[in-house]
Amino acid sequence: MTTPRHRPCTCAKGGLRRWWRRRRRRNMALSNTLNRYLLLLAQEHLEFRLPEIKSLLSLLGGRFSSHQEIHGKSPFWILSIPSEDIARNLMKRTVCAKSIFELWGHGKSPEELYNSLKSYPVEKMAPFLHSDTTYKIKIHTFNKTLTQEEKIKRIDALEFLPFEGKVNLKNPQHIFSILEDYGLDPNHIPEKPLNIYFGRWIADGQRELIESYSVKKRHFIGNTSMDAGLSFIMANHGKVKENDIVFDPFVGTGGLLIPSAHFGAYVCGTDIDYNTVHGLGKASRKNQKWRGPDENIKANLRQYGLEKYYLDVLIADASKPSWRKGLFFDAIITDPPYGIRESTRKTGSQKEIPKGIEKCPESHIPVSFNYHLSDMFVDLLNFAAETLVLGGRLVYWLPVYTPEYMEEIVPRHPCLKLISNCEQRLSSHTARRLITMEKVKDFEDQDQYSHLLDNQFPPYKGLNSFREKYFSGVTKRIAKEEKSSQE
Amino acid sequence: MKLLTHNLLSSHVRGVGPRGFPLRIQATEVRVSPVDFNPDFVTRMIPKMEWTALVEAAESLGHLSELPRELAEGYEKDEEFLRKVHHVLLEVEVVEGTLQCPESGRLFPISRGIPNMLLSDEEAAS
Repeated sequence: MTTPRHRPCTCAKGGLRRWWRRRRRRNMALSNTLNRYLLLLAQEHLEFRLPEIKSLLSLLGGRFSSHQEIHGKSPFWILSIPSEDIARNLMKRTVCAKSIFELWGHGKSPEELYNSLKSYPVEKMAPFLHSDTTYKIKIHTFNKTLTQEEKIKRIDALEFLPFEGKVNLKNPQHIFSILEDYGLDPNHIPEKPLNIYFGRWIADGQRELIESYSVKKRHFIGNTSMDAGLSFIMANHGKVKENDIVFDPFVGTGGLLIPSAHFGAYVCGTDIDYNTVHGLGKASRKNQKWRGPDENIKANLRQYGLEKYYLDVLIADASKPSWRKGLFFDAIITDPPYGIRESTRKTGSQKEIPKGIEKCPESHIPVSFNYHLSDMFVDLLNFAAETLVLGGRLVYWLPVYTPEYMEEIVPRHPCLKLISNCEQRLSSHTARRLITMEKVKDFEDQDQYSHLLDNQFPPYKGLNSFREKYFSGVTKRIAKEEKSSQE
Repeated sequence: MKLLTHNLLSSHVRGVGPRGFPLRIQATEVRVSPVDFNPDFVTRMIPKMEWTALVEAAESLGHLSELPRELAEGYEKDEEFLRKVHHVLLEVEVVEGTLQCPESGRLFPISRGIPNMLLSDEEAAS
C-alpha cells in the first residue's frame, strides 16, 4: 500500500483513484504488452482489403496478426501490431483503411466494454491522460444515427476512466473515440450495438489520394485508365517502396505508374501502341477532339510533381522484350488489354493477311490482332520470372468469364508464388481478378516451358474467346430487344 | 531516352543473342534536364549497370562528365562521384536519334525521347 502524501481523501473519485493504483500494480505484473489496434476500413473493394493490409504490414516489417476471424465484410478489424510506428507507417500507405486506433477496450455491450477498459493496463493509459494533456472524446456510430443527447450520455458513461487532462474540442493533443457497430444491413438496424470499441486515435489512411489523383482531373487519359483507388491498391499489393524500379509492359497512358511514383519508386513502361505513348490521336475525353501537345505520360507525372521519378517509356512488344539479361524490376504492375476496349496485339509477320493488320506509324512493323489472351499471360509470367528481383511482385488484372471461372485457371509459374486473387465484377457474366504473385525462385531456361506440362489443369485457353463471351450477353440482349420491338 | 534505360536495352534481332548489347547511339538531339539528386537510388542502380557500356554511351554523347572508366571501391560514400553518376544516368536524354544493333546493324528510331524497339516476326528472336 502506498503511503498517502496528504490526508487520505474520502470522496468517491478518490476511492476510484486508489482502485486504479491497485490495478496498476497488478497490471505491471502482467508483462506482456498487447499492442492491439482497431483498424477502421472503408466499405468498398472488400476483397482487396486484406491483401492490401497484409502486403503493407509485410513491407513494414510487421506480420499480419489478428486475434479474431477477419470478417470479410466488416469495417472493424482488430490487429496485433508490434509498434505504434508500424501502425502509423501502415496508414501512410493504405487506401483501404480510414483510421487506426490504439484499442483500449471493446465488448458486445456497454458493460463488457467498461470491464474491458478496466482491465487495460493503467500505465499504458497514463501518458495520454495526465493533467498536462488536452483531449477530446468522439463517438462514431455505424449503420445508425444517434441524437446529440444519446451521444453525450455515452461519452459521460466513461467518466470512470482516469482522465486528468483538460478537454479541448478544437485542437486536442489526444483524440479518443467510441465506435459503435450496428451491423451492415441498413434495412435491419439493431436496437443495441453488436460491438462497441474504445481507443486512442493514431492516424488516418490515404483515402484522400483517391480524390487528389482522380482520373477526372488528370491531363492525359485513355479509354481504359484505371480508377485511382484501385491503382493505389495495386501499388500496395506490389509492395512498392521508395527507390524501387517499377515497370508496366502495357503502360498505355501511364496511370498505373503514378501511385508507384507517389510512393517514391522510379517508373518505366512499354506499350505497342505508338499513338498512345506519344500522346497522339483522338482524345478519350468527351468533347475533346485531339490530344494536346502536353498529353503524355511524363506530363501526367509532372501534374503531380512526380516528374523526377519518370525513367522512360518505349514502344515495344511485351511478347518480345528488349532487355538485356538481368534482374532489373522490383515490381511489375500492369493492366493488360482484354481485347474489349483495347485490342490485344503483338507484332506480326509480313506474310499475314492484310485484313486485321495495321502498321506502326514510325517503323511500319505490322501489328497483328492475333495475340491470344492465354499466350499473353504465359509471356507475362515468364517475363516477370526473368526480370523481377527475388521477392519482387507481379500485379496484374486477369479477365474472367464468371460462369466458367475456377481458381485453377489462374496462370501459374514455377518461379512465382500466388499471393492473392481479388475479384471485381464488370458485368453480369464477366469480371476481372487482380492477381498478385511473388518471385520466389530464380529463373532457369526450362521454366519458360512449364505451361506446356500436362499437369497444368485446366489451362487458361478457354478465355481466348473472352471477347466473344463478353459480347455474347450483349448480342443476345440486343436480339431480344429487337424481337420484342418488332412484335 | 535516359542513359540508365539505354544501359538495360538490347537488340533482339534473331540470332544476335548477347551480342545485341550495347546498342550504339546516334543522337541528333540531346537534352540535359536537371533531376533531383537521390544518392540512395543512384547507389542502388550502380550494381545493376554494365559500367563500361555506361561510360562509352556517355562519352559518345559528349557527356562523359569525368566519370571514371572503372568503379572504385567505397563509391557509396563518395557524394561527388554519386552526383556524376546521377547526372549521366538520369539527366542526359537522347531526344532524337537512333539506336543501332551492334551485330546486325538494325536501326531503332528514337523520337520525342521515345525509342521504338518493334521488330517484325521475321526479324525477332524465336
